[in-house]
Amino acid sequence: MPTDADMISPSGLASKSLDEIRRLKLWEGNQQTELGDIFTVKGEAGGPSSEFCILLSGDVRKLRRLGYRMSAGLLRIEGPAGMYVGEEMSGGTIYVEGDAGSWLGTKMQGGVMEVYGNAGDHIGAPYRGSREGMKGGSITVHGDAGTEVGCWMSDGLIRIKRSADTFPGTHMCGGTLLIEGDCKGRAGAGMTGGRVVISGRMEDVLPSFTIDEIRDAVKVGEERVQGPFYVFRGDLCNKETGRIFISVTKNSQLKWCERYLEPWQH
Amino acid sequence: MNEGRILRPEDHVKDVESRTTVTRSGVGHSIPSTLTTGYRYARMGYTTVMEPATPPLKARHTHEELNDTPIIDKASFPLLGNNWLVMEYLSQGKIDECAAYVAWVLQAAKGYAIKVVNPGGIEAWGWGKNVSNLDEQVPHFNITPREILHGLCKVNKRLGLPHSIHVHPNNLGEPGNYETTIETMECLSDQAGERPILHLTHVQFEAYGGKDWSSVTSEAPEIAKYVNAHDHLTLDMGQVVFTDTTTMTADGPFQYQLHLLTGNKWMNFDVEIESGAGIVPFTYKRSNPANAVQWAIGLELALLIKDPWKIYLTTDHPNGGPFTSYPKIISWLMSRKARDRTISHIPKSARRRTCIESIDRELSFAEIATMTRSGPAKALGLKDKGHLGPGADADIAIYPINPEQVDPTSDFRHIAKAFKHAAYVLKEGQVVVKDGCIINSAQGRTYWVDTEIPRDLSFLQTEFESKFSDYYTVQFQNYAVQESYLERSAPIQTAMRSPRNR
Repeated sequence: MPTDADMISPSGLASKSLDEIRRLKLWEGNQQTELGDIFTVKGEAGGPSSEFCILLSGDVRKLRRLGYRMSAGLLRIEGPAGMYVGEEMSGGTIYVEGDAGSWLGTKMQGGVMEVYGNAGDHIGAPYRGSREGMKGGSITVHGDAGTEVGCWMSDGLIRIKRSADTFPGTHMCGGTLLIEGDCKGRAGAGMTGGRVVISGRMEDVLPSFTIDEIRDAVKVGEERVQGPFYVFRGDLCNKETGRIFISVTKNSQLKWCERYLEPWQH
Repeated sequence: MNEGRILRPEDHVKDVESRTTVTRSGVGHSIPSTLTTGYRYARMGYTTVMEPATPPLKARHTHEELNDTPIIDKASFPLLGNNWLVMEYLSQGKIDECAAYVAWVLQAAKGYAIKVVNPGGIEAWGWGKNVSNLDEQVPHFNITPREILHGLCKVNKRLGLPHSIHVHPNNLGEPGNYETTIETMECLSDQAGERPILHLTHVQFEAYGGKDWSSVTSEAPEIAKYVNAHDHLTLDMGQVVFTDTTTMTADGPFQYQLHLLTGNKWMNFDVEIESGAGIVPFTYKRSNPANAVQWAIGLELALLIKDPWKIYLTTDHPNGGPFTSYPKIISWLMSRKARDRTISHIPKSARRRTCIESIDRELSFAEIATMTRSGPAKALGLKDKGHLGPGADADIAIYPINPEQVDPTSDFRHIAKAFKHAAYVLKEGQVVVKDGCIINSAQGRTYWVDTEIPRDLSFLQTEFESKFSDYYTVQFQNYAVQESYLERSAPIQTAMRSPRNR
């Protein structure tokens, strides 16, 4: 049964005693239940939220909004987690040792999130209809990511270590999205700013992007990611100040674009 | 409204109301669910609400939404100012035929009043164009906006309808449009009679000076000057509040301009033969000088027009803001101090372009009651509403305010809070709200006008049917909304005055 667990964050629990924590009410479907009925609660309560650590063991795939509005402290989830992990997070650290559901880090403003498994769709993206995406912080996914990673992103860093599905960086206006593996396609649709960096293969670039140059490397966070990269500028249907960096060596099918570069750019 | 709800899932997420034993759940800040809409009006003490624009072809859906809007009495206004048959008849000078047709449409759409939006302009939008003044020719129709307004005003009188024509003039939302607005008011002054013959709606959006959005100014004083000197019209404010809201009007070309201006998502409609529409989300910001000027204009109109029986409180929901903002607007109108607080937050460049700072007038409780209840009831011709005389509907709102203890000019926060949650609301003598909570959710009435046509004009029915099958893609027999479709039908009988009997 999907369960709304938005109070499970250091900010939500730090000021409470163990008993109070056990008695916190959660919506399990349309019934209310107590946190103590779903979890065995152990440990030391109290202390400032910045030093508060929560360890969740077990399969929490049905729990949503873990780490909601977290501003400090640590939340470690030993197992797969549900949707909306770290929603509106502004600080602190979240580790997910399994897979994470969709809308990971939705509307994130700060803090650090690391998922050791795969993640679902809409990483960092706002709910449907809204244009306010991720504003800061960093998300790292060690596995694969779903569709529309970083949709409406305006700042921050998302790093996908394996592959990403279609439409990463849709409507992006700032920030950086790094896909170390392959991308299924249509990166940067509707982009007006920011950077999508793809170190693997993407079959095609959207026709609304134009080749700008070839670069040796690109700085992502503190790291210098080695290229060379084709740098495409777009989305020409909007403001064309977004850029897509695609690995030259992994994308021989894109060699045609070199025809459009100035001789001194080769 | 439903298209707006579909467009804005993010509007729903912001504002969620759980169900209670008496009420159902609902969502939405600027476009609440139908049920939530009824509850929210009732909680604030409003018992009758008008739906001011429906293309007749879509009336069935409008009545479905109204059926699902509990407690309040309601009516809808069919759009007629860009209707092909109306324009054809008027361009040929056939007032009687046009009147018979309009009576038929009101019956078919179960409508209450003639609504005119951007006369001629929405038809032009079918060709990607607009009209920019009262004397511009409507593409493919031998008629101008001025002639449409004149003709429908005559038709309205001929049919003896309870309300005057309800008009959203040309050039709405354009800096510099105040001149068109005054021309629109003036062009019908020759038809003035005992009662007002024109209601100009959401006038804030039509009171702009300047050349563009960076130079827009308030021309509310000019509008007010005209209104103070003339008695043939009534107005409503169209007040802007600083919030995220949704604009939706039948004015297709204007909505397109708003989409270009903001880059926001946009829905556009064409309704065959009849009208058009557009929906664009919009956020009014205190820090935006143009929005601040718009905010000032609505209040200036209400405060500079001397007679509260001429100007009514609205936000043109949801265009200027959700109707749940009325308590805040009331506090601005009653308290100079409340206005000053907001003025201190708006850019100086905006303050220079309005005169809101120089207005000392603070409206009294009686004036607020007129502007929100008695005035609209009178203008709408709803004889049993808006007063406490014998025979009136027992639709009564009682607020937790003691006028002998509260000074609205300084206790404006208390005023805004008190007008948000009525102490008691009675509907037809039954208590429906207590302490701001719905305790009884009954169904309100749907008013519509049933006009008797003189027998010598009944032949026109065949003519309508023939034109209908020429023009429409739907069958004539499927067009009209059956009376049984309305949950509580409340027809108002009138009779068309034939020229011979006048």
